[in-house]
Amino acid sequence: MEFKRGIRDGIPIALGYLSVSFTFGLMAVSAGLTVWQATLISLLNLTSAGQFAGLGIMAASGGFFEMALAQFIINLRYSLMSIAVSQKSDETMTTPARLAIGFGITDEIFAVATGKNESVGRNYMAGLIITPVIGWTLGTLLGASVGNILPDIIADSLGIAIYGMFLAIIIPPAKKDMKIVFVILVAAAISCTIFYTPLSNIISSGFTVIIAAVVASALGAVLFPKEVE
Amino acid sequence: MDINKFFIYLIIMAGVTYLVRTLPLLIFRKKIHNRFIVSLLYYMPYAVLGCMTFPAIFYSTGDLISGIAGTAVGALFAFRNKSLLFVAVAACAAVLLVKVILQFT
Repeated sequence: MEFKRGIRDGIPIALGYLSVSFTFGLMAVSAGLTVWQATLISLLNLTSAGQFAGLGIMAASGGFFEMALAQFIINLRYSLMSIAVSQKSDETMTTPARLAIGFGITDEIFAVATGKNESVGRNYMAGLIITPVIGWTLGTLLGASVGNILPDIIADSLGIAIYGMFLAIIIPPAKKDMKIVFVILVAAAISCTIFYTPLSNIISSGFTVIIAAVVASALGAVLFPKEVE
Repeated sequence: MDINKFFIYLIIMAGVTYLVRTLPLLIFRKKIHNRFIVSLLYYMPYAVLGCMTFPAIFYSTGDLISGIAGTAVGALFAFRNKSLLFVAVAACAAVLLVKVILQFT
């Protein structure tokens, strides 16, 4: 039952992922990877920013240490999300369950899991993860296979899908809580400041997320602390 | 690319990403009672998605006009509590519509 509920909640995430991973498949093949290499990367990584950066490093024949550090920095935000999911977990989340669930912590899966009012168990999380994994991998396979024949206008239009999903996650709770609006605005302001100034030459997109997210949520926590039961 | 080199890249990517996600799940098991940490974790998803969305959403479609149109339509439907999928599809459709119009003007 919990597993089914997870699958159902994962479907919109999976459909959103289809379009983004489609773009990844397209780019991977034009960077010189085979269809199966692109698909394998998506199956084993399940991360957008990390994979796009990794692809760039592969294409430029970058060093292995550079690859490791880039992945660490870009994906460091998942550590914070995993802590939050850990806090939200019930007693079914055993060590083997954690070893498996850890594979599937993404921005959207995290947001859905921690956005629930009740605690989450391993079966719910397994369902919530499996559908997006299928969507992400399938989208890459499709993009890598047929991307070349897709008109640019369609491919470009799909580029906004993931951000539309982000809006659907943050706007409904923000409507009810001005403190959340404040945190979103601070995070967006930091991100825009870096993007529109020469700072973007020295701060990578992965670091931008870390700085903006930590500063904005810390400011929220200091100014508007939550009640602890 | 050399197939061996590809697999080394792949293992590094997947390995680092997996550890970054899983170690905190294994380490932080007890309920945290520190008020600052609890508050920080509560605000974190909104901060992460806020900075990932802006300003990237405006440039996600290849041209600024359709990007802004898609953002406006997406925000409108998100404000009306539509589902993740509905908002994503509506934003894509708005972008496509604007791009088609721009092509004929």
